[in-house]
Amino acid sequence: MTLEAFLGHFNYWVFAILLMIGFYAVIAKGNLIKKLVGLSIFQSAVFLMYISMSKVEGGTAPILQAGVADPIYSNPLPQVLILTAIVVGVATLSLGLAIVVRINERYGSIEERELLDAD
Amino acid sequence: MTIVFALFLLTLLVVTALAIVRTKNLFVATMLLSIFSLLMAVNFFILDAADVALTEAAVGAGVTTVIFLSALRLTSQYERGTLASSRWIAVIVVVITTVLLISGTINTPNLGDPNAPVHKHVAPYYLENTEALMGFPNVVTAVLSSFRGYDTLGEVFVVFIAAVGVMFILDARQGTGPEYEQPVDKGLKHHLIPRAVGGLLIPFMLLFGLYVQFHGEYGPGGGFQAGAIVATAFILYAILEGERTALKAFSRNAQMALIIGGSSLYGAVGVVCMLKGGTFLDYSVLMEDPVIARQVGIIIIELGVGMAVCGALLSIFHSFAARKPVEHAK
Repeated sequence: MTLEAFLGHFNYWVFAILLMIGFYAVIAKGNLIKKLVGLSIFQSAVFLMYISMSKVEGGTAPILQAGVADPIYSNPLPQVLILTAIVVGVATLSLGLAIVVRINERYGSIEERELLDAD
Repeated sequence: MTIVFALFLLTLLVVTALAIVRTKNLFVATMLLSIFSLLMAVNFFILDAADVALTEAAVGAGVTTVIFLSALRLTSQYERGTLASSRWIAVIVVVITTVLLISGTINTPNLGDPNAPVHKHVAPYYLENTEALMGFPNVVTAVLSSFRGYDTLGEVFVVFIAAVGVMFILDARQGTGPEYEQPVDKGLKHHLIPRAVGGLLIPFMLLFGLYVQFHGEYGPGGGFQAGAIVATAFILYAILEGERTALKAFSRNAQMALIIGGSSLYGAVGVVCMLKGGTFLDYSVLMEDPVIARQVGIIIIELGVGMAVCGALLSIFHSFAARKPVEHAK
């Protein structure tokens, strides 16, 4: 494996590792808030993958500049998708947290085992 | 040099994520998550995504942390360390999936390869035509508000629905009664230094929010970022002065009006375009000169987005913060 290939794929490997760290928290942890924390790591990993795809070597942010010869811009489309996804992400995360708060009020616990035992 | 910095930051992301999963203290996990978001924002900035970096820094590191903390206040700070399933099955699944995902990346184009398929499809069209069609330089704003305006309208409605959902689940009207005056809601009234410094910061945060809102066509920014920044300023006010004062200054009805007003402003622009003889959200028919018409349309819908996001984040925060913790007999 050449250095170029290593640097060219490092972002994607970090994406895979972060995705699975988040996924581990979702499936293995019993605490509901910890599961949501894991879910937001999972989500951030996906954001990282999209933004890595938008990068163009030697490019700059996609804000057009006048008077630059042959400018290179990174791809604006993945950036738009992720920009809106971040805000939607916090809104849906809050919905999850609101449900956890109600579960805690009803059962006095947010540990999955205890909730299953209580029912 | 940037490469070394990027490698360092990405490695730090993995380390932070591992620390978040390992810790049993949920307060620590929340704080680490905030650091994680900030590192992510720096990474986005290195990868040329200035608009996304601004959003992640405002929403991920700011608002998410506050919402997590207000949820922790209502639940508990410590994880009891029970496991949902067998730890080893989870570890095996995760390791196998990681290996599969990494092997899947082997034949993908290198980072920054200008000939990657993703850069060949529709992106060149956006880069070439933004200047002629819109007359402003920020392509991200152009795609967000005009080329893909339908998507953004949908996202605004999702945020709207999520905010209404949180209000329903947490029964938001409770928060206005007199019994809600309690020690934890008194804010930081007796702490002089945070109050003085916070009070100084709030006007500048609002000013910066407005700048980001109205300068989004020319630099990084726009409705989503501005809404989050303005919401952060009001959340800071609520933390400093307590829930009651904050809700008096910016009532629940006003927040609701912002969400509904913002999303219907966006939709209304689309309907006006139809009435003027164009298609839904085709701003060019709004005025004589199509370029000016698009700019006017984009400024109005960005304002709608900003209002909706600001109102939604504020009402979500207040739904959590105004709720009384339930004491369980244990």
